[in-house]
Amino acid sequence: MAFRQSVAGTQYVFEDLRTLLARATPFRSGDALAGVAAQSGAERVAAQRALADLPLKHFLHEAVIPYEADDVTRLIMDGHDPNAFAPIAHLTVGGFRDWLLAAPPEALPPIRRGITPEMAAAVSKIMRLSDLVTVAAKCRVVTRFRNTIGLPGTLSIRLQPNDPTDDARGVAAAVLDGLLLGAGDAVIGVNPATDNVTQVMTLLTMLDEVRTRFDIPTQSCVLCHVTTALLAMERGAPTDLVFQSIGGTQGVNESFGVTMALLAEAQSAALALQRGTVGQNVMYFETGQGSALSANAHHGVDQQTLEARAYAVARAFDPLLVNSVVGFIGPEYLFDGKQIARAGLEDHFCGKLLGLPMGVDVCYTNHAEADQDDMDALLINLAVAGVTYIMGVPGADDVMLAYQSTSFHDGLTARALLGKTPAPEFAAWLERMGIGEGARIPERMAPALIGLS
Amino acid sequence: MTLVPTHSLRRFTSARVALGRAGTSLPTAAHLDFQEAHAAARDAVWSALDPAALGFDAPVVRSEARDRREYLLRPDLGRRLRAEDRARLSRTGGVVVVVADGLCATGVQSQAAALLCALGADWPVVVALQARVALGDDIAHAMGAEAVVVMIGERPGLSAQDSVGLYLTWAPRPGRSDAERNCISNIRPGGLSHADAAAKLHWLLRGARALGASGVALKDDMPAQNRLAP
Repeated sequence: MAFRQSVAGTQYVFEDLRTLLARATPFRSGDALAGVAAQSGAERVAAQRALADLPLKHFLHEAVIPYEADDVTRLIMDGHDPNAFAPIAHLTVGGFRDWLLAAPPEALPPIRRGITPEMAAAVSKIMRLSDLVTVAAKCRVVTRFRNTIGLPGTLSIRLQPNDPTDDARGVAAAVLDGLLLGAGDAVIGVNPATDNVTQVMTLLTMLDEVRTRFDIPTQSCVLCHVTTALLAMERGAPTDLVFQSIGGTQGVNESFGVTMALLAEAQSAALALQRGTVGQNVMYFETGQGSALSANAHHGVDQQTLEARAYAVARAFDPLLVNSVVGFIGPEYLFDGKQIARAGLEDHFCGKLLGLPMGVDVCYTNHAEADQDDMDALLINLAVAGVTYIMGVPGADDVMLAYQSTSFHDGLTARALLGKTPAPEFAAWLERMGIGEGARIPERMAPALIGLS
Repeated sequence: MTLVPTHSLRRFTSARVALGRAGTSLPTAAHLDFQEAHAAARDAVWSALDPAALGFDAPVVRSEARDRREYLLRPDLGRRLRAEDRARLSRTGGVVVVVADGLCATGVQSQAAALLCALGADWPVVVALQARVALGDDIAHAMGAEAVVVMIGERPGLSAQDSVGLYLTWAPRPGRSDAERNCISNIRPGGLSHADAAAKLHWLLRGARALGASGVALKDDMPAQNRLAP
């Protein structure tokens, strides 16, 4: 179905829903690369006005990627809950924006399963940053494994102790540094330098030893491919969470080497280990705008709508953690600090609205037009928006992945500025271990206890 | 209780550990160290590969990206070989090595000759400019190769602006996805050594040949001790 809208005497025609969504998207380089961005500011506003007038019900009848051609579309359509949708079924996209801004927090969880990713993406496109922050701040999503993540007043941190050669002592030193600066309650999660099963198992074993030696109420993860994790579990490696990068189309997931069935198999395998003590959310997903275009599997849909569709995949597996790695992908998708900041807040908003424990890797690469000031602005916005977790990397410099994320210090600063605490079990542990100012190492955290001597 | 200064952790890692604190923030010196490293990395992105100074002779080809800015904004062009260059390539078959600038030419410039030597095979080499990994598919397909090894400059980080990656693709042709490749990354002084990288590449290549495929289907379960073999 085509949509028409006049702005300043010019009539614009948008031939279908996916075109309307793409043209209504605030400018970013990836949509220009895909050839789907609005050609002018006026065309963009025309699309936003037409989108604002579109009934939410329309999204249940027109898919941006055909149902027959894509298993993510099938997941979205088949999983839609009409009862959850009922309270918002009478609204247009514009009306939904107003409704969300005025809604009390308790009105949001009941409608989650009635909102499709495309509806969430659509409403975000006609929101300013302060709108994205305001609504996200009302969303609460709580998940559990060995601690409780996402409670009001908390901000968790993934401790990311990557090492260029997966050297166990290098990883352990970064883990200890992070713990002493209050990081690690979301997960202690290492990106392995290579996807070698033996190496992954060595890291899993080491992380588990550190966790048990210090009796830390948290979970660990080695962020290998899901098939490698399955092999590692089969061979008896101590596996808490299963990680996988996912995207918003069947094609991009195929490019990642995953299917829904494979993710389900991995989830079952991790659940069977019964390693969670306070809950059984065993999955950890990463996403990011632009991945589908990068894999040439975008179907002419804009990158932010596709990102929201990835959250439909994530929520089918009850994850403990989901984060967008927003600035990692590079300037051809998000060119500068302004585009990264908006995308980070869109991703957090859409993820939370759909009911995910949403974190953000506040980050950039050295070929993007961005710097620490841009990241500070995004981090503080996200912290105000109630982001579930952020990354903690020594000095913000990931020496393996060669990009900049947030430092342990950034995490402390965000918590201090907003009066936030870590997950309660982890906060109690920090207290118990005598971890305070971070300049010195308490005896019970001695490096020698984890092989650093 | 005994307290140990955190700077003892620095012995174990090149990561920025034990930086100290000013309130909850970075102390001035650590903050300015970071700014200096970021400036160096930004400059490295704009470095250019000089084929004449690589220390070996090989045909030089270009992608369709005309300059660095276009290369950064249009990765699709960086994956496509210029038509006039395709016509210049000869059909060699076998394994082809593509030495490519990628996102930072510094590491390729300094390591390519030695890394080729470590690979120890007599494979034909092509040098590619303004190149993405997938440009190797286009080049190798034109040469009728059974496999391509793309030796490419990795995105510069703050601590390292000289990292090289090796990407192996079996039966290369335009349209191969990234899931159909195996990657060995962080090859640089202080990172993965040339000998380890070469051993792993040969191990993966044997696996790919046996399987008739590379990528996620080819599991990298090479035992760690083999990596120490010469």
